[in-house]
Amino acid sequence: MLFPASTTPQATPRVVITGAGIVTALGIGWKPNAEGFRAGRRAFRPVSLFDVSRQRVKIAAEVDLPKNFPTTRLNRRQFARLDRAGKILVLAALEAWRQAGWEAAENLPLVLGTTAGGMLLGEAYYRQAVQQPSRQRQQATRAVYYQPQVQTRVLLDALGSSGPITIISNACASGANAIGHAWDLIRSGQTERVIAGGYDALGELVFSGFDSLQALSPTICRPFDARRDGLALGEGAAVVNLETLESARRRGVEILGELIGYGTAIDQHHLTQPHPQGNTTLTVMKQACAVAGVAPEDIGYINAHGTGTVLNDSSEAFAISEWAGLRAATLPVSSTKASIGHLLGGAGAVEAVVCLMTLREQWLPPEIEFETPDPACKFPIVQKPQDARVNVVLSNSFGFGGVNAALIFRRWA
Amino acid sequence: MNRIFVAGIGAVSPAGWNVAVLRNALEKNDPLPLQTLPRPGWEKSLRARLVPNPATRPEFLAHPRLRRTSPITHYAAAAALEAVAALRANPTAKNSRLGIVVCLQSGCVQYSCRFYDETLKNPATASPLVFPETVYAAPASHVAALLENVVLAYSLVGDPSALLQGVSLGAQWLEENRVDACLVIGAEETNWITADALRILNRPAIAAAGAGALCLCREPKLSAGVELAAITDAHTYCERLDRTQAAQVMRNQLGKCSSHELLCDGIGNSPRADAAERAAWRDWTGPRVSPKMILGEGLMAAAAWQCVAACDAVAEKRFTAASVSLVGSNQQTIGARFVRADFDLSAAAPTGNIRP
Repeated sequence: MLFPASTTPQATPRVVITGAGIVTALGIGWKPNAEGFRAGRRAFRPVSLFDVSRQRVKIAAEVDLPKNFPTTRLNRRQFARLDRAGKILVLAALEAWRQAGWEAAENLPLVLGTTAGGMLLGEAYYRQAVQQPSRQRQQATRAVYYQPQVQTRVLLDALGSSGPITIISNACASGANAIGHAWDLIRSGQTERVIAGGYDALGELVFSGFDSLQALSPTICRPFDARRDGLALGEGAAVVNLETLESARRRGVEILGELIGYGTAIDQHHLTQPHPQGNTTLTVMKQACAVAGVAPEDIGYINAHGTGTVLNDSSEAFAISEWAGLRAATLPVSSTKASIGHLLGGAGAVEAVVCLMTLREQWLPPEIEFETPDPACKFPIVQKPQDARVNVVLSNSFGFGGVNAALIFRRWA
Repeated sequence: MNRIFVAGIGAVSPAGWNVAVLRNALEKNDPLPLQTLPRPGWEKSLRARLVPNPATRPEFLAHPRLRRTSPITHYAAAAALEAVAALRANPTAKNSRLGIVVCLQSGCVQYSCRFYDETLKNPATASPLVFPETVYAAPASHVAALLENVVLAYSLVGDPSALLQGVSLGAQWLEENRVDACLVIGAEETNWITADALRILNRPAIAAAGAGALCLCREPKLSAGVELAAITDAHTYCERLDRTQAAQVMRNQLGKCSSHELLCDGIGNSPRADAAERAAWRDWTGPRVSPKMILGEGLMAAAAWQCVAACDAVAEKRFTAASVSLVGSNQQTIGARFVRADFDLSAAAPTGNIRP
């Protein structure tokens, strides 16, 4: 029963990650992404997915989908019905699934974050409805597969599994909230394991939306740089397999890291602008630390939300500086959006996997175009590829609408 | 394990802007009149049941955050304010930490269509004021700003059964003491594209718009006389469990409800779409109410109307208990049961599936 919850754990279980899959413009899978992030490689190029000739900005970080997809339990027809976002999601989930060594199961919860779901199909539906009003071909399929819960059901089919689906759409915090919610489900004893993550694909409506807001950088996305002039958009997905430590030990599988803290709250300042002093960011960082039982001194790296917009980065910089206190002077921070752009509903999940990479491989992802720090930054920005000894890392995510989320991961050694 | 109560309910529907008019419409049991929605490129219009304009402009629309918002936010806000009214009037609870869970299926379609239309015509002139209102999270954000003391907010997307996932999430936040009260809102707006998609997928269904809200709390003193007794598991459709089977499993899990209780089902006027739910409840001999028959296919709003109707029937002491059956269109089936706050739960659990 969803209510009353059937079990209450005697002790709150520890939650570990045993599978991680990632798809970004840097590549498909852990290895090319780790190499790219470690080098601070930038993956932007002219947009080829839709016409941007009349847009102010013309670049984004597009994913190169493979010509041959890995084999899944989906038949050709099921797979063909997925849009770009759904395919990216399936790719990420397959990598995580295989790494975790999970087998097909019933009652396996799936928690995903997305802002747009199958919006590309929605756009196609709209165009056909307006431009060819009497033509009905494919409209039924578009109307169904446009819905994120349907994409997600297809993912479960691909994994040969079934279970309750939760789709969180807290704008650009969605991916982090999905992982945090999955963590809550395990810790509250409702389940022993969960698949969680986030995804979004580039689409014309969203690209045009950010361009209309003049939020896209016409130059280079430089989070926290005093000369920053906007964000860059990307696309991608990340999926993690979360389970109790007991379950992972019982199965004898490799543990990629431990999720030890989660905080979330809503900033009511404005629909699209954060509170100038980052009050809610401060709240969620404190919440996550309190649950994790760590202090700023224990954090070895922050993967910032760091979109590259003037308002976001100054707000986040205030919050991190305030939260870290004296620790700020030596606390390395960077935003991997400088490499792959803003993945919206996928951002928080992808950045969670980047955190796992830093913990597993002991390096920090740099922003290689960063030059002049914003005065609000009391902390150093990682500017060059570097090895580092990090045991605990924090990832921030914020969304339109004001939802803020922070996740804290610990190295498993 | 805390007990979870319903502190208040709110509704906006084609019947009007509060629970009382919803109740009246359901009691009359006459389908509300249809309106037409012009469809681009077609001479013939689509049919819908729209929310009537309020008699007077709601005061809350003067809030700076709500000036440019789309109808879905207006509906969600009105339902939310009605649902929290009693809580806010209570001196001991007016500063309660609030959580908000807004559940949507098609979401902010009006501004999405408008913005995409502008983009296709000329992206250089697409309105930056419209775009932020296209995101699923916009209504939750605006309602949070309106209510002020909101500490936690999620927007959930899914088929209409996700409304009960939202109720379950709210109950979890209350149990974990993250909030003192939690608003769970189901909201939708409609336009020609929603009505067009519905025409293609479920021809007899009539698109409708509105919202429903439940305010959950832990404190029995704040209860409107209604307690959340049970929410079944989410029975997700898959190869091994089709919609008909899922509906039956949900029915079984709800237990043998007394025939003196009310059933609030999701049956509309679509033989094919309703078949699974009709089969699951074919032996039900007790009273039932089917809001979609009267109000139309309001997607997540319709799910919320079902829950509001169930809670209202219990709060008004017309029934000691009411069950809600949400057989979702393409995700899952979930059911719930609400009872009178002073109801002996142990006497109402013949199968043992309801809380002993």
